[in-house]
Order: sequence, then C-alpha cells, then structure tokens
Amino acid sequence: MANHSSGVDFRTGLQEWIPKLVLSPSLAAMLVFVYGFIAFTIFLSFTDSKMLPSYDLVGLENYARLWNLSSWWVAVVNLFIFASLYILICTVIGLMLAIFLDQKIRGEGILRPIYLYPMALSFIVTGTAWKWILDPGIGIENSMHLWGWTSFQFNWIKDRDMAIYTVVIAAVWQTSGFVMAMFLAGLRGIDNEILKAAQIDGASNFSLYRRIVIPLLRPAFLSAFVILAHLAVKSYDLIIALTGGGPGRATELPATFMYSYTFTRNSMGIGAASAVIMLMTIAAIMTPYLYAELKEKT
Amino acid sequence: MRGYFGRKTAIAAALLASTGIAQAEDVEVLHWWTSGGEASALNVLKEDLVTKEIGWIDMPVAGGGGEAAMTTLRARVTAGDAPTAVQMLGFDIQDWAAEGQLANLDTVAAEEGWDAVVPVALQAFSKFDGNWVAAPVNVHSTNWVWANKAILDELGIAQPADWDAFVATMQKVKDSGKTALAHGGQPWQEATMFDGVVLSVGGVEFYRKAFIDLDPEALGSDQMVEVFNRMGTLRSFVDDNFSGRDWNLASAMVINGDAAFQIMGDWAKGEFLKAGKVPGTDFLCFRVPGTQGNVSFNSDQFAMFAQVDPAAQAAQGEMARAIMSPGFQSAFNVVKGSVPARTDVPNDAFDACGKQAMAELAEASANGTLVGSIAHGHANRAAVKNAIYDVVTANFNGEYDAATAAQNLVNAVEAAQ
Amino acid sequence: MAMAGQDTAVRTGRITRLFIYGILLVFALFYLMPLFVVIANSLKPLSEITGGNMMALPGVWTIEPWRQAWSVAQIGVEPTGLRPYFLNSILMVVPAVAISTVLGALNGYVLTKWSFRGDRIIFGLLLFSCFIPFQIVLIPMATVLGKIGLAGSIPGLILVHVVYGIGFSTLYFRNYYASFPTELVRAAMIDGAGFFRIFWRIMLPVSGPIIVVTVIWQFTNIWNDFLFGASFGGQTQPMTVALNNLVQSSTGVKEYNVHFAGAILAALPTLIVYIVAGRFFVRGLMAGSVKG
Repeated sequence: MANHSSGVDFRTGLQEWIPKLVLSPSLAAMLVFVYGFIAFTIFLSFTDSKMLPSYDLVGLENYARLWNLSSWWVAVVNLFIFASLYILICTVIGLMLAIFLDQKIRGEGILRPIYLYPMALSFIVTGTAWKWILDPGIGIENSMHLWGWTSFQFNWIKDRDMAIYTVVIAAVWQTSGFVMAMFLAGLRGIDNEILKAAQIDGASNFSLYRRIVIPLLRPAFLSAFVILAHLAVKSYDLIIALTGGGPGRATELPATFMYSYTFTRNSMGIGAASAVIMLMTIAAIMTPYLYAELKEKT
Repeated sequence: MRGYFGRKTAIAAALLASTGIAQAEDVEVLHWWTSGGEASALNVLKEDLVTKEIGWIDMPVAGGGGEAAMTTLRARVTAGDAPTAVQMLGFDIQDWAAEGQLANLDTVAAEEGWDAVVPVALQAFSKFDGNWVAAPVNVHSTNWVWANKAILDELGIAQPADWDAFVATMQKVKDSGKTALAHGGQPWQEATMFDGVVLSVGGVEFYRKAFIDLDPEALGSDQMVEVFNRMGTLRSFVDDNFSGRDWNLASAMVINGDAAFQIMGDWAKGEFLKAGKVPGTDFLCFRVPGTQGNVSFNSDQFAMFAQVDPAAQAAQGEMARAIMSPGFQSAFNVVKGSVPARTDVPNDAFDACGKQAMAELAEASANGTLVGSIAHGHANRAAVKNAIYDVVTANFNGEYDAATAAQNLVNAVEAAQ
Repeated sequence: MAMAGQDTAVRTGRITRLFIYGILLVFALFYLMPLFVVIANSLKPLSEITGGNMMALPGVWTIEPWRQAWSVAQIGVEPTGLRPYFLNSILMVVPAVAISTVLGALNGYVLTKWSFRGDRIIFGLLLFSCFIPFQIVLIPMATVLGKIGLAGSIPGLILVHVVYGIGFSTLYFRNYYASFPTELVRAAMIDGAGFFRIFWRIMLPVSGPIIVVTVIWQFTNIWNDFLFGASFGGQTQPMTVALNNLVQSSTGVKEYNVHFAGAILAALPTLIVYIVAGRFFVRGLMAGSVKG
C-alpha cells in the first residue's frame, strides 16, 4: 500500500491543480459547516445565550455551572459506561457471528439480512418495541411468568442503577449485525493459503483464529471502532425512545443533556459548553487513532 | 409494490404542493396537535378560515409535549422564516415576546372585547407589556383524579373528600389486591401529581409563594417536606412497574379495572371516552382531594409572529379572531377534553366532567384561586421548571428522602435562576 | 475484489457445528424479536394491546392499522396518512445520496491517487467531521440557510445532508481506492490520460461494491434523519417527521397498532435496500472499507 507519492513526475501544469480544485468544494463546505460551526459553538459557550444566541461574554461561567450540575456528571459517567460496553459487546458479538457465519453455514443468505436489518430502522418506533420487551409487566419477564418460569426476573429498565445497561442491549441489537458484516468481509478477504499452511503445522482452530486470523483483521477492528465510537457519542434517539432519560435522570447521556439545555431549558450557553467538552473528548480519543491510521499509509 | 407507492404518492404530493404555495392570505401554523382527536379539532379552525378565504399551511411537529416544535421554531426564526402562528405554552410566549418577535393583536382584542372574557391569570401569558401577543385556545387543568367507578362501588368506597380520606381509600384498594394509583414514571407525570399535592398541602397561598415567587423560605419549609412526604405516600400506592410508562397506558389501567385512580390532567378524559366509557357511570372525575376550589392550569395558545406584509397581518388578525370565537372555543374543547379559554362560552355541548371543569374554572378565576401549573410551564420559566422536575423525579424514584428533597429544591431552583 | 474465500479452510467437527448453528439461531431470534413485536401489534385491534397482551400474537387479525397509517391517519390537520410524505423523502434522499456519493468518490480518488502535501490533514479534517453532534449545528445552519434562501425547502435539506455525508463517503472511497494498484493509474498517465478520464475509465468501473456500501449507508442515515427534516424541511416535511407526528403525541390518544404499521411503512425503503443489496454490501465492505 505504498502508493502515496504516485504519479508526481507525470503531472503537467493543469493536472497539478485539477485534483485540488475537485477537492476544494468539500473542503470549503467542511471548513464552514463543521469547523466554522464548532468555532461558533465555542464562542457561544462563553456567552450568556439563553433562548437565542446572545453576544454578551461571561467568561468561563457556563463551564463552572456545567461542572456543578450533578446531571452532567451522571451523563458523562453514563457515556463512559455506555460507550465502552457498547463498543466492546458489539465487537465481540460481531466477530463471533462473523467467524461462525464463515463456516460454510447453510442459510447464510437468510441469516445475514436478519442480522443486518436493525441498522435500517429508526429508533423512533423500534424504541417503543424495545421499551415493551424490557418492561417487566408486559415484556419478557411477563411472558416467562406466563410460560411457567415464575421466578424469572428482568426489571433492569426500572432500576436506576441498571437502566443504562438496557440501553446497551438495544444499541447492541441495532449495530452488532453491521459490525458482523464488516468482520465477515474482513474474513472473506483473508487468503486461504495462509490458513491451510497453519493447519498443516498442526494449529488448532482456536489458536488458528487467535494467532493468525484476528491479527489479520486489524483494519476491520479499526473501522468498526470508528463507526461504533461515533454512534455511541451521537446516541440520542435511542435514549429518548427507550427510557426518556429515566428512571429519574439515570440514563441521560451528554447528547441528550446538550439538547435539553440548549433547546428545552433555554440555557444555550450551558448547552454549548457541554458540546465543547464533548467535542474535546472526541478529539482526544480520535486524534491518536487518526494519527496512527494515517501515518501507517505513508 | 413500489410502483404502486410511487404513483399514488406522486399524485397526492402534487395535490399537496398545489395547495401549499404560500400566498399573502395564507397562515402557516406550527403546532403539535397531531393525534386523531386533537388534529380534527384543529381542523375546525382551518375550515372556518377557509370560508374567509384564508389558506392554511399546516406545519405539524410532534414530540416531547411541544419540545420538538420549539426546536423547529428556533431554526425557523433564526433562518428569518417564522411561521404566522405557533402553538405555545406559558412562559415561552413571554420569552418570544421579549425577543421582539411577536405581533401586536390589540386592535382585534379591543374589537372582540377579550379583556372582559379571558381570565386574568391567562392574560398574564397572552399579553406582554400590556399588549395582546397570543390567542388562547383552551385551558387544561392538572389537579384531577380519574377513578374507576366499578372498583369504588365494589369496595364500597365513596369519593374521598380530603387527603386523609384519599389515602385511606387507596389503602383499601391496595388491600383488595388491585393497584391503587396508576402512574407512569416520567418526570412530567410526576410533576403533574406534584401540582395537586402542593395545592393539597398549602393551598394557593403556599403554592404562589413557593413556586411563583420562588421564595427560598417556602421552598425549604416544613410544608414542603410534607409535600414530599405525600409524594412518598403516593409512591407507595403505585405498582412496581411504573417507571417509563406512558400516561395513556396508566389511564388504560384505570379503564380496564386494574387500577382505581390516576392523577392526571384533563386530557386523560379522551382515553376514557375513546374506550367508550361514560363520565359519572363508568368513571369519575374529581379534583385531587384537598384541592377543591383550586385549579392549576395550563393553556395552549397561538402566539402570533410579527408579519411585514399588510395582507399577511390581516390574515393573522382574522385567525386570532376565529380562535377566540365562542363557536370554535366550544367545538375544539369538547373534542380536546379541555375547557374554553373564555368564560362566557355556553356549556351545552360538554359532558358532565367538562361542565364541572368550566364552572370550576370560572369560580377559581373569580376567587383568585387559579394558578399556573408547575409541571406544564405556567408557574416558571423552562430552566426553573426542569430544575423542579429533577428534584421531584429524583425523590419519587427514591434517590433521597423528603427533607433532603426540600433542601435540594431550594438549591436547584436557585441554581437555575 | 473476487470472492476470495467464500469457503474457509477451517474444518469443524459435528458437535462444534451444532453449537455454531445453535448460537446463530439464538442470535437470529434476538434480532427478530423487536420486529415480531412491531408486526404482531400492527395486526391487532387497539383494545387487544391496551388489554395487556403486547407480546402475544393477534387474537383478531386486522390490516386496518396499516390502511390507517398509510392513507387515513391524521398527520396534521389533514387525515392524509403517511402517503404524501413518501415523495418528499424520495425527492430529498435521491439527490443527497447521489451528490454525496459522487463527491466521496472524487475525494477518495484525489486523496489516494493524486496525493499532495497536506492531503492527510485534509482527510483527517473530513473524518473528524463525522463526529460532530448534529444538535450543535442546528442554529448556525439555520442562519446560513436563511441567508442563502434555502430554508424550508428540499434543496436546503439536500445541502445539509450532503455536507454532513461527505465525511463518511470520503472515508469509504479513500480506503477502497487505497488498495487499488496505483501502477494502473500511473500507466494511464504515461499514456496521456487526464484526471477525469482516469477516474471514468479506470476507477469507476471497479467501484461497484464500494458504491453499494456508500449508497446503503447514506440512504439509511438520510432517510432516518428527523432533526434536520423537522428543522429545515418547511412545508416539505420528510417521512420521518410525518411518522414522528403519527406516533408522538403528548396529550392525545395513542393508537399503538397504527404507530407500528406506520413504522414499518416508513422503514420499507431502507429495509428493501438492506435485503436486496445486502449481499453486495458484505462484498463491498470486503473489497474495500475494512482493508487498510
């Protein structure tokens, strides 16, 4: 993949600037609509904006108020719990299903769309379905009781300490199939000769996967991480549809916090401050990844 | 299948597009009344305007009790493209008026004599700096109890007259093995019960002092501790499964005879009527025991955004006039379950609960016992309202006890101001 | 890009295979469970749902909720059902997906085959843009759309979706083209082929799989968007806004059966895309985006 400085010698004057010209609309749009808006948000976080943007600066007051709000701490802690479990479980399930599906399975053509379809649905309504399934009174717990397993208990969604884990379950449901597809693609891209050679050397299936296959899937792991991380940070519909942030405020995430302060509590300044902190966190996590990823290509 | 979809939609959309082109005599209306009954009630207004050759451009955005619509509104105003009229609640109207975005309706109001027929407590929201800026459509009130009559009859329970009787009654229901109080564990539903409980403890005087004047002393008083104690009592009569439940599923519990009572605003009546139940025969409506004579209200209003074009201004004025006409007020509120925003509308078309609500509204308005609902943004601005939600919900879900809740309420309200 | 390893070299015993099939089936049930709840409840009368049998099959089967959701239910003041909003969504999704895919392809081509100083920084900037929470761009975006006169229109919505879709489409194409042999591009240059000619003749013909991936991804995201549709759609509200109006009501009667039928109707295009293009999807991912 050492193709970086290709074609340099063959460029003529015109060829020199056409590629940059082609790239420039995207770049311009990005500078205005992403980085310009981020700058605007940073500015807002230093103002006393309430319902609409205001231009009166108040220094760091919004940040001070933000970190004094217990609900913000709850949201931040929840994001760490949610994001790490979500990314981990999706990766494990996705990898497992991909490896299993890769064993010449009959009916793969039926199973694959079944695993993938949740990604196609918006949470506006599957959230309601999940809410019912997880509800002890009408969902799984109730069904188990009706089938005779009366000691069965599954009331996490009603439990302040456990509710965030039900959010993880629903989120995993939505994206783990997609992660499976990414790993499956990675597996199908591995040259069988490598595996055969290892088998001749007498490696067991388990060590075959652990020693050879999984390391070869590294690019798939990285892509899955980017996609899962961005979905975790942006999770909003999920919370609104499933728990509405409850019980109490136990399942607020920074995205719902930010929306609620900016738009429903008319505290745009605090909302902007929370957005800035979120973006800084994302940047802190993503920059090393991007750096490593891009450096490798040189 | 797809071809079928495509053709039919193309035709329908073409029809929609041809009627949807904005003209000066059109009004564009942003609202969140999208469920069957509400939307057809609003259609009465649309039809009325059509007879006056004013077109209606519909802009419904539902979600979160108007939260989604308010977000849309902010985007529209920022883009310099405000709708003509926007459904709005309480302090939002005042906030938008303070931004200088709303139109002045004084001419229409004077011609129609709104000052004389709209309760003063409502005018506080419809007027800004003494000028009319919004036309109120209805008055909901929140301190209602909805009861399954069959359960009460079976257990030989009379309608409770005061708080202690209410608690004793709920205990009886609980002992019989049924759920005493149907409740959905969402912050706004807990706050809706809170409205009634605050009134039951300290009446309107305490209510005003604590939640409208935001007096820290009242907020942290022993009476407030008692309020939270009573919330704890209610909590003990709720089934284990309440958290996250939609309010209409809680109503369904009362309708189906699984639970005896629900404390909820008068929109709950729609669920009972839809299920074919008759007020007085199948279900009872009465004020939260101990709050008789007091009404905590919230009112949907159409805030009118300032228009430049004189023709658009005229259409807007006509719309405001039509909203306030007794005919529309009656037709709309019969369907919606609420009561008219003007007190001189004949009550012939309303059912027993509706008639009772109208009489009580007029009485409360005359006696000065009509107070804005804490839960529904008619007592405080959004930031304070949500701070109160936080404490009420945390207490109700067992995060801290009544004394701590009262103390946290003082802090939260102060921080949000 | 051939299906190199449709069959793996790993050999498994009978018990292991039984175990594997068992796990795969359990997960299939897990994935299908919410769909079962949605479909089962969309086929019952409302009284059966509020009666408390939400996990059960319908006692009385009815397709009335589907008819209601499609053409009768009240969305705003008009009882139009979801039908008229379908076209709005199509008119928005098709151009937005097409434009962002084309831009992504061109960007990916430039960034891999016509690299220049600073191209990696530009790619980093594009990639980071995928992470911006949409809630914070709402107000500034509204200002910009108002200034350029695109507020409340389909072109405005298309612009918004293209802008926030470029990041991912560029990511997909860049990773795909990175594994394409540069020698072929170089040879074409020696033959005197220009920038667009190489793209058209050499890159595009092999881009099928990654185009499928990008289109599926963009189509799903744009079709399911609610926030931008509600804020910038104006009178041309897309399907999700209508669906939201159908299912969200704070003080109205909730007809869950109609809501669920509406949910499936609104999701049909994306479901069809996933089922029809699903096979190419894995192939496309395999050929490109997951390789370094």
